[in-house]
Amino acid sequence: MKQPAPSEKNAKGPREIWDLRLYVAGQTPKSIEALVNLKTLCEGHLKGQYRIEVIDLMKNPQLAKGDQILAIPTLVRKLPEPIKKIIGDLSNTERVLVGLDIKSRA
Amino acid sequence: MAKERAKAPRIGLSKTPTGIQGLDEIIGGGLPTGRPTLICGAAGCGKTLFATEFLVRGATQYNEPGVFMSFEETTEELTENVASLGFDLDHLVASKLLLLDYVRVERSEIQDTGEYDLEGLFIRLEYAIDSIGARRVVLDTIESLFSGLPNPLILRAELRRLFRWLKDKGMTTIITGEKGENSLTRQGLEEYVSDCVIFLDHRVTDQLSTRRMRVVKYRGSTHGTNEYPFLIEDQGISVLPITSIGLNHPITTRRISTGIPRLDTMFSGKGYFKGGSILLSGTAGTGKTSVAASFIQAACRRSERCIFFSFEESQLQIVRNMSSIGIDLEPWVKKGLLRFYAERPSVYGLETHLMTMYRKIIEFKPAVVVVDPITNFIHAGDPLDVKSMLTRLIDFLKMNQITTLFTTLTSSGKDLEQSEVDVSSLADTWLLLRSIEIGGERNRGLYILKSRGMAHSNQIREFLLTDHGITLLDVYFGAAGVLTGSARLAQESMEKEAELVHQQEVTFRKINLGCKQKAVEAQIAALHAELEAASAEMKKLSDQEKEREKRLARERDAIVRMRKADRNPEGGKRK
Repeated sequence: MKQPAPSEKNAKGPREIWDLRLYVAGQTPKSIEALVNLKTLCEGHLKGQYRIEVIDLMKNPQLAKGDQILAIPTLVRKLPEPIKKIIGDLSNTERVLVGLDIKSRA
Repeated sequence: MAKERAKAPRIGLSKTPTGIQGLDEIIGGGLPTGRPTLICGAAGCGKTLFATEFLVRGATQYNEPGVFMSFEETTEELTENVASLGFDLDHLVASKLLLLDYVRVERSEIQDTGEYDLEGLFIRLEYAIDSIGARRVVLDTIESLFSGLPNPLILRAELRRLFRWLKDKGMTTIITGEKGENSLTRQGLEEYVSDCVIFLDHRVTDQLSTRRMRVVKYRGSTHGTNEYPFLIEDQGISVLPITSIGLNHPITTRRISTGIPRLDTMFSGKGYFKGGSILLSGTAGTGKTSVAASFIQAACRRSERCIFFSFEESQLQIVRNMSSIGIDLEPWVKKGLLRFYAERPSVYGLETHLMTMYRKIIEFKPAVVVVDPITNFIHAGDPLDVKSMLTRLIDFLKMNQITTLFTTLTSSGKDLEQSEVDVSSLADTWLLLRSIEIGGERNRGLYILKSRGMAHSNQIREFLLTDHGITLLDVYFGAAGVLTGSARLAQESMEKEAELVHQQEVTFRKINLGCKQKAVEAQIAALHAELEAASAEMKKLSDQEKEREKRLARERDAIVRMRKADRNPEGGKRK
C-alpha cells in the first residue's frame, strides 16, 4: 500500500521526505477515516514530499512491537527525525499538524 | 494443615496455583482460572516480583506458558532484576515458556488527534499469547498507560474491554497497580478487576520493615482475610499462613530428658514432655543458656536434630562458653545434628524473624528448638506483637511435635514470676532460675514454677555450673533459713563437725560402758566362784554329818553287842 509522492522528482533542491506510517487494525471505519484524513492533510501541506505506509496489524501483528504500537490508529513519523506518534483518527487537523511538526515548517 | 484444605476439590470456581510458597494455601488453591487478579500496593512492595514468580512457577511447575507485558521495565532490566532470585528468564524465553514484551509509552512522543482504541495492544498481546500458547498473562503496570496516553475516558473503556477480552480468552491474568491516595490503585483499576484483589504492603515500624499481604477480595471463594507476612528471599516470595492455627495440637505422653539428671528427678524422674514448650526465665547470669545447652546436648546424644536460635550470642561464642562448663556442642554441629542460627533481633521485623525461623524449622525438621532469649524481640516490636508472634511460633512448633525451650530474661527488680513478654501462659513447663544472695555472695537457684500434666518437685535446688556440666544440689534449709553457696558449705561443715563430736562422744561412752560391763561381769564371776565354794563346803558338811551318824550307829551297835544284853525288840524300838 505504498504511495510514493507523485511529484517527488519535481522537487527543487534537497527537500525533506516525510516518511509516515499509519498503523491500523483491519478496515474499521476509524482506520479508513484516519487514512482519508491523512491523505487530505498531506496533499494540502506536504505535496510531493511524503510517503505513507499503511500497516494492518491484523495481517502483521508482529509489527506492533517494533514501533511500540498500542493505540489504533497510530500515525508514526519515521522521518524526519525525531520519531513522532500521533494517535486517533486524525480528525483534528490542527493537532495533526502540530504533532507532525508541519505547521512550523510550512 | 492448610495444605489439605488446598487440595480439597472445589466445585464451581477452578483455580490456578501460583506456585508461590504458602500463598495457594491462603487463597484456597490459587488464583481464579481464566480471570484477572489485581495485585496492588505501594512502590517497592514486590508487585512485579509477585507477578514474575507467578509466571515462572507456572512455566516451570505447571507447564503453563505465560506472557509478561511490562509497561515499566525493559525485558533486560526485568531479566536482570529477577535473576538474583534464581529465575532464569532467558532460559524460559528460549524454551518458549515465557514471553517478555516491553511496552514503552512516552507521552512526549504522542499527540492525540481524535478517537482511538487499544486494538494495537490487543493485537500485540494476542500475538504474544498465541505464539507460545500462553495460559497466564501479566500486565505490569498497566496504569502507566494513563500517563502515556491521552483521553482517560477512552482508556478506561478500553481497559474494561481488555479485561473482558482476557477473560474470554481464558487467560489467568495478573494486573499490577500502584497504590492510590484513597483507593487501592491510582486509577481505580479495582473497579474493573473484580474477581480477586491482593494487596501487598511494605511497612516500616521502628526502622524495621515487614512485608505483608492481604487478600482484599476473592469472589466466589473463601480465603484467609488476615494480613500475612511474606518474605522475598533467594528463592522468591514465600508466604506462610502463620496465624495461630488453633488449639488442636497432637499430644504425647512421651518424655525426654532435660540433660540434667537431677532435674529429670524433679520432673518425677523423666524430664519434659515431648512436644511441650518450656519457658526458662531468670535474671541475668543465672545460667539460662547453660540449661538450654544441656538440653540440646541430651537431645543430640539421642540423635535428635536441634536448632539453636540465638539472639544474643554468636555460634562460636556459645560453643566456646558451653565448653567451659563441659558441654561440648561442636561435635554435634559437625555431625549435622545441631544447627545454630544467630541473628540480632533488630536486623529484621518480627514477622521476618518468624518466617525465617519457620523456614529453618521446616528445612531442618528438628526435634528440639531452643530460642535464646525471646526477650530480645521486644526491641523488634511492641509487646503485643511479640506475644502474637511467639504464640504462633509455639503453636507451629507444637503442631510439629517439636519440643521448644525458650529462655527469657527477667530484669532485676521486676517480679520474677512474671515473664517479660508475658508468655508464661504459653509455656507448659516453667523453670525459674534465680540468684540467691546470702552472706555477701550470689548463688544460683532453680525451681519448677509449673509443669502441666506431671508431678514435679516443689523444691528449690541450688544450681552449680561445674566443669562437667550442671549439677543440682539441695539447698540447706533449716533453722537458719535457706542457705546456698559457701554459707551452705559452712553450715554443712559446722554440722559435720557437730556430728563428729557427737560420734566421738558416743564412742567414748560406749567404751566406758563396756568397761563397766566388764567389771560387773568380773564381779559376777567372783561371786559365782564364792557360791560354788560355799556349796562345796555345804556338801562336805552334810557328808561329814552323814558319816558321823553312820559311825555313831555302828558304835552303838557295837556297845550293845558287847553288853550282850537281853534282846528287847520292843525296848529297842522304844528308843
